[in-house]
Amino acid sequence: MALHEMNFTLHADGEIETIPRDWSHTGVVGSGDMEILMKHADLSGKVEVKIVTPVTGFDHVWKRVLEKFVREAKTGDLKIEINDNNATPFIVSMRLKQALIEAKEGFR
Amino acid sequence: MENNKVWNSLKRDRMNRIKAAIPYVKIGKVVDAEDTVNLLETVIKPYDKVNIEGDNQKQADYLSECLCQVRKDRVHDLHIVQSSVALGSQLDVFEKGIARKLDYSFSGPQAGRMANMIREGKIELGAIHTYLELYGRYFIDLTPRVALVAAVKADRNGNLYTGFNTEDTPVVVEATKFKQGIVIAQVNEIVDQLPRVDIPGDWVDFVIEAPRPFYVEPLFTRDPALITDVQVLRAMMAIKGIYAEYGVQRLNHGIGFDTAAIELLLPTYGEELGLKGKICSYFGLNPHPTMIPAIESGWVKNIHCFGGENGMENYIRERSDIFFVGPDDSLRSNRAFTQIAGHYALDMFVGGTLQIDKYGNSSTATESRVSGFGGAPNMGCDSRGRRHASGSWLKCGGENGIQSQLTGDLPRGKKLVVQIQETFREKMAPGFVDKLDAWNLAEAADMELPPVMIYGDDLTHIITEEGVAYLHKAESLDERMAAIRAIAGYTEIGMMEKPEETKELRRKGIVKTPEDLDIDVTKANRNMLAAKNVRELVKWSGGLYNPPARFRNW
Repeated sequence: MALHEMNFTLHADGEIETIPRDWSHTGVVGSGDMEILMKHADLSGKVEVKIVTPVTGFDHVWKRVLEKFVREAKTGDLKIEINDNNATPFIVSMRLKQALIEAKEGFR
Repeated sequence: MENNKVWNSLKRDRMNRIKAAIPYVKIGKVVDAEDTVNLLETVIKPYDKVNIEGDNQKQADYLSECLCQVRKDRVHDLHIVQSSVALGSQLDVFEKGIARKLDYSFSGPQAGRMANMIREGKIELGAIHTYLELYGRYFIDLTPRVALVAAVKADRNGNLYTGFNTEDTPVVVEATKFKQGIVIAQVNEIVDQLPRVDIPGDWVDFVIEAPRPFYVEPLFTRDPALITDVQVLRAMMAIKGIYAEYGVQRLNHGIGFDTAAIELLLPTYGEELGLKGKICSYFGLNPHPTMIPAIESGWVKNIHCFGGENGMENYIRERSDIFFVGPDDSLRSNRAFTQIAGHYALDMFVGGTLQIDKYGNSSTATESRVSGFGGAPNMGCDSRGRRHASGSWLKCGGENGIQSQLTGDLPRGKKLVVQIQETFREKMAPGFVDKLDAWNLAEAADMELPPVMIYGDDLTHIITEEGVAYLHKAESLDERMAAIRAIAGYTEIGMMEKPEETKELRRKGIVKTPEDLDIDVTKANRNMLAAKNVRELVKWSGGLYNPPARFRNW
């Protein structure tokens, strides 16, 4: 099946915190799930996200989920790559939160 | 005054039919399997109301197949009244023109074919009922003339042992027999001495030893290995936000994975929250294998069962303090009585559905599937005839945002009716919709009203990954709708959420997010389940649970 690629650039308001390591990988591309690669990058506080997914027609939903994640996590200077296999929007937001925790805590 | 009026025509007709069948009776009430079709042609007349016992689980499959073989010039235009249409042969009688009209409750696997046959005019649909509704009508205006039932064993005098899967047999036989109808039973075995008598022999006219055991569908086995992290999260929210909040002691669970997750979290998360003894002591419930860890951990005092579940026979036999068993130690299930308990003795129903609309009405019907209701609406409604109080019922009623507009200062309780809903199912099918598909079905099948599983005014709580909506607290329909939007996630309905509205609803406690409940979504994990697969359920049971082959994946 042809895969669909999306790219978004997002920016949280106010103080941001990036991840304390070069990169962190979490998750598996199981059915209904996804893997996330987070890389530290000097992007003037922005977050760049690339998504590869078989799902089409939900770009606006991805954008909403990512905006909410970046806004609530107050994170930035980050490149995120997502390989998705039909995860629901809530799984996406939960996996992003878990990935960020791992990227921060895994460093200790 | 009419002196020649006949007042026992039903009885005379019945005697004539029985007399005509005498040539097929071997000894006592026993008819050979090879004479079944002849017997049916003899005792069933055109336009009869016939019940082919099709329960949620147990099916009189042999008698159903034989009914498909009767000659159409002898038997035709039957009106079938039965609770569940689960087998191909139960629809073949319509395909072949032997039956014409149908009144029923539930048709899981045959829902698609039934929709087609209704559209093609092969089935004239009376109505789709809840179980109790149909049982009620058996005694009023849908009394079967002939009932074809299934039992495990019979003796030659017609006494029946229905045992573990008694289910609907008592209500069907009672309605048929005492209105001068005819009862024919297929049994797995004819024996000299029954383990116990579930149906007395003088209520049964003929017994047939079928060439193979009747079919039973294992409907209630949920493999813990398939429970997801998100289901664990919703289960945690249910336990903390509703079970603990209302101290619910008497309840029913639907058959989905969300409620299986709740059952498996009781001995772990529930224990951690100190809830043992405070919630979940009494159930009206099928014998879900996922209940085993909670039972073994001492959570449960009592379970009454609608039906059985394959593999649970020995476990139940050894746990007679918890389950209802006969003098032979095997389960006595009885759907009618558990359904009644659902109305009047239980304080909460927790289930799932396919679609919830913006008002909170929910349905499992789609345009291409006429799946029916089964018992869920009996469980998932506020029973207006209830008069006894309990803590959770009073608390829920006390929170009812519109009660004072109906009964003034008089307190009234309310049953908790809870739907656990995934905002998106597989293939991104939304769990919240503007208009239910049931409307399209009603139009396609020419029904008088859309088939609704649970009406919005009965629904008190919805749980999604995004939070819990306490709908009954809302003081207006607008406020209910806002609460639904607040937890509908990224569905079209959820995207219409207004942040300032949600903030106010959270302040009033009408919506609670996982954060409000002090639940960390990133910590929700399958590892919290007391059993992570079927094998661990067997282990919890001390080897008493004997799962069907299809669930033995080790």
